[in-house]
Amino acid sequence: MMMNHSLKSRCKVAPGTVIIGKWHSNKYTVLKELGYGANGIVYLAKFKNTQVALKMSDNGMSITSEVNVLRSFAKVQGSTLGPSLLDVDDWKSNRGQISFYAMEYIQGPDLLTFLQNKGKSWTTVLFLQLLNDLNTLHANGWVFGDLKPENLIVTGPTPRIRCIDVGGTTLQGRAIKEFTEFYDRGYWGLGTRKADPAYDLFAVAMIMINTAYPKRFNKTIGGISQLREAIKKQKDLLLFEKVIVKALQGQYTNALQMRTELMSLIIDKKNHDTLNKSAVTNTNSTMQKQKINQSGMQQPKSRQTYRRKRKKNRWMETIIITIFLALLYFLYIFQKLL
Amino acid sequence: MYTGKIRQILLITDGCSNQGEDPIAMAALAREQGISVNVIGVMEQDVIDEKGMTEIEGIAMSGGGVSQIVYAQQLSQTVQMVTRKAMNQTIQGVVNRELQQILGRSQTIEDLPPEKRGEVMEVVDELGETVELEVLILVDTSASMKHKLPTVKEAIIDLSLSLNARTGDNQFAVFVFPGKKNDVEKILDWTPKLQSLTSIFSQLTTGGITPTGPAIRTALSSFNSKRSLRSLMTGDDESFLEESM
Repeated sequence: MMMNHSLKSRCKVAPGTVIIGKWHSNKYTVLKELGYGANGIVYLAKFKNTQVALKMSDNGMSITSEVNVLRSFAKVQGSTLGPSLLDVDDWKSNRGQISFYAMEYIQGPDLLTFLQNKGKSWTTVLFLQLLNDLNTLHANGWVFGDLKPENLIVTGPTPRIRCIDVGGTTLQGRAIKEFTEFYDRGYWGLGTRKADPAYDLFAVAMIMINTAYPKRFNKTIGGISQLREAIKKQKDLLLFEKVIVKALQGQYTNALQMRTELMSLIIDKKNHDTLNKSAVTNTNSTMQKQKINQSGMQQPKSRQTYRRKRKKNRWMETIIITIFLALLYFLYIFQKLL
Repeated sequence: MYTGKIRQILLITDGCSNQGEDPIAMAALAREQGISVNVIGVMEQDVIDEKGMTEIEGIAMSGGGVSQIVYAQQLSQTVQMVTRKAMNQTIQGVVNRELQQILGRSQTIEDLPPEKRGEVMEVVDELGETVELEVLILVDTSASMKHKLPTVKEAIIDLSLSLNARTGDNQFAVFVFPGKKNDVEKILDWTPKLQSLTSIFSQLTTGGITPTGPAIRTALSSFNSKRSLRSLMTGDDESFLEESM
């Protein structure tokens, strides 16, 4: 009835297998395996000439639990949180009853592969998108939980980041259902496993670090010091250091705060680049202004005296020239007279 | 509706028992007392032999629990997953029995149409969050486990982190086998916090034999002594306990 003694999967099926639902009688033809996790296997399947993703598990509970999450996402208007749910059913295989659900097939490379192929310039855009989605998710009372690059797919043609595995999605205030150590704040000794928005934001920061360390790294001393050290060693990360560290320390209470600061970092950086050439003169003049303010009344005084000096000099000039011209004139008259 | 506790034994081992009672029989005994037995087999580079594997699966099956073979590096995550999964299984078992009482037939969650399962699942989730949980961790300290013990310790402390994030109360106890003098030695009595484990673990010595069966039997008596103590204090506790599995 309920015993799954080993996590080895009963739901492994070969391509070409036809799966017919027990309750709704929809017919799916398995094309290939897309991935597997602790809770089951995801297949690409054909349903009436469209491609869908099928998640199968011998653990009916986890299927029901995920379906609950997806149903609740569907109620959020205009949201792109997770894939949309198409069907839930059971399949009577020769190895027993297997629960499954069909969902929209989200096609594309995972986050790290995408960044490797398309270049680092996409990093910020995708993270801004992700933080926006997370904000909606959090506003609806959920925490994604098992946030990691493998669960983030970048779809096209206009790159858009999507979360695909809702197995770890937990109601806020409860204990995180499922996590992956590297992205888990509990593992690094930087917080609890109670589901709150900051839990996801910690994972986002770890994914940012992950973009510079595609192979991840192991915990040595743990804590914020090891992670700070890792950030310092990578030029690409230094740019985001402020935001990453704040997220790691749980200083953002919602995704929008983090998004805003990430955005301002990027905009500041761009300003820096364009201003670089004119920056020298600009900063010089501003520096002068500052100096004037700092030294108070002395500076204007000395300026006035300088001006006065210049005025005197000008008078001297005219007098000398007039005298000189007068002398020449006298010489000329003397010559004419003699 | 469900006011009982969930009681589990979590056995962490790397191979076959070689002394005392049959561990599979002892696991069955545990199940009779409403205690589920979960087993985690820890591998290094070496693979656990066929015999060890059969025993690990056998213990979990007759103990009504979950088993999983892992590499030492993945232990932390697996320990929390197995515990949570086993807990949900127990809760589901209870919910199923409630359903049968209401619907009068041999109905389980799986017999409901998928649309109706969602609500039942919410109840299961809710219980998983709030139910009281007692986990007795039983660690194999035979010679071959020696260099895996630091990882085991990490994993156990990590488990308390996961479970203490729940709203419900947790109690943990840690036993090792073989002990210094006896087959089994209690190194940490029932407590909600496992941080003190760090100092205890560093002093552990490893021994040659693997008395898995006797270890499970002794673990059961620890639940029992706790139970009698509790029932002395709160009188009506006993009635809940009958229901706990």
